[in-house]
Amino acid sequence: MPTVGVKRDFLFNALGRTYTDEEFDELCFEFGLELDEITSEKEIISREQGDSKASGASDLILYKIDVPANRYDLLCLEGLVRGLQVFKNKLEAPRYRRVSPDGGEPQRLIITKETAAVRPHAVAAVLRNITFTQERYDSFIELQEKLHQNICRKRSLVAIGTHDLDTISGPFTYTAKAPGDICFRPLNQTKEYTATQLMSLYKTDSHLRHYLPIIEDKLVYPVIYDSNGVVLSMPPIINGDHSKISLQTKNVFIECTATDLTKAKIVLDMMVTMFSEYCAQPFTVEQAEVVYPDGKTCVYPELAYRKEKLSGEFINRKVGIRESTDRIAQLLTRMCLLSQPTGVGDEIEVEIPPTRPDVIHACDIMEDAAIAYGFNNITRTTPRTYTVANQFPLNKLTELLRQDLAAAGFTEALNFALCSQEDIADKLGKKISETRAIHISNPKTAEFQVARTTVLPGLLKTVAANRKMPLPLKLFEISDVVLKDESKDVGARNSRRFCAIYYNKTPGFEVIHGLLDRTMQLLDVKPARGEGYHIQAADDSTFFPGRCAEIFVGRKSVGRLGVLHPDVVSRFELTMPCSALEMDVEPFLGFTAEVLLTHDVPMQETFKHQFPARSQSRPALPSRPPTTKTVFGDMSSQAGLEALDGFLADRSYVEGFTASQADAAVFDAIPSPPPPAFCHLRRWWSHIKSFQTERARLPPAKSQFVLPPAPPASDAGEDDVDLFGSDDEEESTEAARIREQRLADYAAKKSKKPALVAKSSILLDVKPWDDETDMAKLEECVRSVVMEGLLWGQAKLVPVGYGIRKLQIGCVVEDEKVGTDLLEEAITAFEEYVQSVDVAAFNKI
Amino acid sequence: MADVLARRSCGLGHVRFEKTTSHPASIGASSMADTGVLEALLQRVEKADGGVDSLAAAAGLGVDHQVIVGAVKSLQALGDVISAELRSSKHWELTEEGTETAEQGSHEARVFSSIPAEGLPQAELMKLSFGKIGFSKAMSNNWIRVDKSHEGGPRIFRTVESIQDQVREKLLLVKRGDAAQLDEKEKNELKKRKLLAEVTVKSYWIAKGSSFSTTITKQETELTPEMIATGSWKEKKFKPYNFEAMGVAPDCGHLHPLMKVRTQFRQIFLEMGFSEMPTNNFIESSFWNFDSLFQPQQHPARDQHDTFFLSDPALAQEFPPEYLERVKKVHSEGGYGSQGYKYDWKIEEARKNILRTHTTAVSARMLYKLAQQEKFTPVKYFSIDRVFRNETLDATHLAEFHQIEGVVADYGLTLGDLMGVLHQFFTKLGITKLRFKPAYNPYTEPSMEVFSYHEGLKKWVEVGNSGVFRPEMLLPMGLPEDVSVIAWGLSLERPTMIKYGINNIRELVGHKVNLQMVYDSPICRLDS
Repeated sequence: MPTVGVKRDFLFNALGRTYTDEEFDELCFEFGLELDEITSEKEIISREQGDSKASGASDLILYKIDVPANRYDLLCLEGLVRGLQVFKNKLEAPRYRRVSPDGGEPQRLIITKETAAVRPHAVAAVLRNITFTQERYDSFIELQEKLHQNICRKRSLVAIGTHDLDTISGPFTYTAKAPGDICFRPLNQTKEYTATQLMSLYKTDSHLRHYLPIIEDKLVYPVIYDSNGVVLSMPPIINGDHSKISLQTKNVFIECTATDLTKAKIVLDMMVTMFSEYCAQPFTVEQAEVVYPDGKTCVYPELAYRKEKLSGEFINRKVGIRESTDRIAQLLTRMCLLSQPTGVGDEIEVEIPPTRPDVIHACDIMEDAAIAYGFNNITRTTPRTYTVANQFPLNKLTELLRQDLAAAGFTEALNFALCSQEDIADKLGKKISETRAIHISNPKTAEFQVARTTVLPGLLKTVAANRKMPLPLKLFEISDVVLKDESKDVGARNSRRFCAIYYNKTPGFEVIHGLLDRTMQLLDVKPARGEGYHIQAADDSTFFPGRCAEIFVGRKSVGRLGVLHPDVVSRFELTMPCSALEMDVEPFLGFTAEVLLTHDVPMQETFKHQFPARSQSRPALPSRPPTTKTVFGDMSSQAGLEALDGFLADRSYVEGFTASQADAAVFDAIPSPPPPAFCHLRRWWSHIKSFQTERARLPPAKSQFVLPPAPPASDAGEDDVDLFGSDDEEESTEAARIREQRLADYAAKKSKKPALVAKSSILLDVKPWDDETDMAKLEECVRSVVMEGLLWGQAKLVPVGYGIRKLQIGCVVEDEKVGTDLLEEAITAFEEYVQSVDVAAFNKI
Repeated sequence: MADVLARRSCGLGHVRFEKTTSHPASIGASSMADTGVLEALLQRVEKADGGVDSLAAAAGLGVDHQVIVGAVKSLQALGDVISAELRSSKHWELTEEGTETAEQGSHEARVFSSIPAEGLPQAELMKLSFGKIGFSKAMSNNWIRVDKSHEGGPRIFRTVESIQDQVREKLLLVKRGDAAQLDEKEKNELKKRKLLAEVTVKSYWIAKGSSFSTTITKQETELTPEMIATGSWKEKKFKPYNFEAMGVAPDCGHLHPLMKVRTQFRQIFLEMGFSEMPTNNFIESSFWNFDSLFQPQQHPARDQHDTFFLSDPALAQEFPPEYLERVKKVHSEGGYGSQGYKYDWKIEEARKNILRTHTTAVSARMLYKLAQQEKFTPVKYFSIDRVFRNETLDATHLAEFHQIEGVVADYGLTLGDLMGVLHQFFTKLGITKLRFKPAYNPYTEPSMEVFSYHEGLKKWVEVGNSGVFRPEMLLPMGLPEDVSVIAWGLSLERPTMIKYGINNIRELVGHKVNLQMVYDSPICRLDS
């Protein structure tokens, strides 16, 4: 928000009365300004440079007033006074007029085509017979500076040059030349410099060096000459000394050069509306002509008055007031928007003056009416919007977990999402390339290089900062980390993590392990292999060798725990052993009754933007192989896609932890982009798609996931080997045989070591769709699932209510060969009969 | 598995570092003087006129003084049985060496007596325990002499017939309690020789108390299961607790104060019927963070100095294409009743990925999704989550903070409605005096800063920002024309810092947090 400093006494003089500080503060508040500070020049200098420097400075009281960023008309004393006087009904808003020069041609500014390469636009105007005083002159300079800093975006969009017209003679030429070819005496310098010299001269100038990058790397620099070859300015850097204005200047030539013409027009309008007050004919501005390279001529300043019509009812309805049309017109007029009822119903015609470019919509007019009415005079009402509140399920789970983790004796920490690369990689004994971290392009310090991919470093730093606290330190945090994810529109996603550490004289693995057990208890997950949770030894460079375990829930890895590697401990400036646990929270969300909320927006329009650089370099996708059959099922069927979607729910790749030929093969088996409903599949699909250019370099697949086309079946033309058959009829024996063999092959390849044959007895609940489902048929289907290491046992029908019965069927499986998820997938594939499959009991034999 | 078992057994054997603390409010089962001494002492006090000295009592009863001191403490704990006044006196006592000297004679005397008439080789003498010290003292007393030229090494002979062991006599005097007979010089001399020591004795002057009695009932310290079982507690007297002492701190975990305040704000929104938005996406495209909100591409907030841009992944890949076109149009050409900003809107700028600068980016996504519904339904949304600014950091500003945001979308909402909702919201925070200042925000019109009167500072302070979303933002999304969306936002850190009296934000958020502050922070009740 820009701050304008005005001398209090001048302000009160112009306002025609004095105020106490409180009264003036109140007036500002009502009008939407803020009296930010009451100070003096002396005070400012003494604060910034010390008392000694301040001795000679002025004691005059200064008001520092915060002005809304879109109100360029309030950036100087003149504008502020005008706005407040009109608001207080003490003044009618002046009418700004553009006039032709008294006899003779208007000043002309000719733009050459060379400017197109650097700064293509220019506008100009003349303030004729102006009378400057020191105060007016200072304000004139100050307004240019304020405009430069705000709407002009530090001169990059627009740069203003003001010149003593009597020292130069038109027509003026705005052109662009090579830096070496521009030579002039810049403002307040004693000798001439070339533009190249100037750029190095101003490298060290505290004020001007900020503007150098705007044109620095351009081949040509913009420059304005008069008819005698005198340089007026080299925008946006500096004016020439020759045409500089002074207190004695009577006629001012104003030029604005720009990359944004709309803003240039606004800036010029601001300069002339604010200071034409001091012209011999107040509020008149002498026009200037701008000739474009194509010969077109425009007259500036525009000083356009725009008319809008709106209804009084619109204002009343939006603000929540009941005012007459006349009264609303009066309110608007007090905001410098001259308004009157048109007499047609409650219609009001509003005139938007050139000083109010911020008014671009009826809602802006409505706001002004509300300000004039007084925000604090509006009756406060309660909307009758009826809604039912829902919590975001992930936050709900997080809140509940936090409470119980604190109850488990751990103290909550809260660390930054941003950190250094070192924190998430080097210090943890990892490579930054392994982290999937997003990188920030403009960090001011190393603390903001990346978003964290793990919560652990934050907790370790918290311990390091609290070493004076009594041991043990038991800390936890549940927060989001950020990971790159190609399936997201922005290429990254948050992932909620639970992390805890135990810091003491002994490593306390059992404490952290106990916390894991407790957490699982809270999440209602039982300790068991298979559907429950278990931990098993893992290698991780962050942890002490042999002291790290991976946490599995339902065979999916959700995180790790262990004793930290001594090097990690030391790198975080700690001295004691430490054990830690970090795991994902999202897998525990389960299904909630509430609507699944996501910030992903539908991209239902299939047209995706063509981004030239990428799409051109991407070769056409290889032609589809003839088969769509995979171990997950037929990729041309819903069931097949669904199975693969489920498989990918917790995996990044079909196999292992990097993209491989296995991914490419399965990718090719999918005939068309998968529908958005299969979110995991879609994420994987677009990710693998991005590998198309380098797919040849992907590592080979370890297992075969795509099935070669089956030999033509003898009985029918149908050669579908639909693994988890979505077909209505019974599978052919041939298909069953093939499937059986594939599954066996797959299971065999999946098993890594020929360990002891561990077996489990499983009791499955298979639920039909309704009471009319043929349960005998259902059982037949279930029993038709044949896998190596699977032996079906007894079955019975159990009533579940409303006449519906579920099939409870037992089986014995070899753990290495048959997993419950595999089994469930196979059974749910009979989607005609089966609604769901649940594991009712799971016992190790 | 064996490995795990081994580790487990190690683990179970680990030392617990928790402090072992006894309950300070109880008397504890420490040196409780036995009843016999207590009663004997009481009988002495009864017989004595005016009182007895604890030292005298110890001597009289033939017990150590410490036992009497213990008895006094125990009696004091019983109430006003006795009154005891602490006195201190100095007196001389024999040291261990002094006691030995008093019994066996001084070192020099023992040297003298150990030398036979025919003399003793010096080497022999030095072998005796008192040899070295005794020899030099006896020499200076001229009791003995050394014949260095004696064949077979130096030999020692008596020089006098008999001696008087004055040192021993003096010590015996002290031992008998007649130290007063020695003068200061003599006493200091013996002190130097470490035979005597001056000790300060603290004793009690014990007199009858207001409820004096010579018999005492043994007081119990704590109620036991046996007492409850037998009912014996009815007959027992219990020692009083010291209620001045602090209790034992429970061994527990703690929630972070900022999160406690967040929980309360969530609660308030839920009480008001607001649904939580899914704000778990820190990375946002400039499109959703700025463009969709009708924030122009040259806006200073989109500058490198204010926003964190991403180098990887640098660009967003996917936008709803038709909506994107409508956003482009309203920025560059206007429409929907707007003049637009009239500049060259660039997709390249909108694709730039950033760390979201406000949660309003998610509100924009949610409103867009709302607009895609078949039929508009009114909604009330809220979120409290992290946002990121590449700003200059100071005691109250960090590069990331939590933004609290509330949004209501319905037909015909007014500015008065926004003020009403804000009034209700802030009333739940215990803030009732509100006023509104016109302000500017690129995506709301009208925009209002919310001020509340601070009773402590005696002035109005800004507590939040609010406004009505601009039609240029809502209409391109596809929301019905007569639907208004009101919204407000504030930071979570500021009210928390005020609530918990924290001046430096780094003590609250981030790893430099003061854990003691976390341990000690009270529960959060925003309205009190």
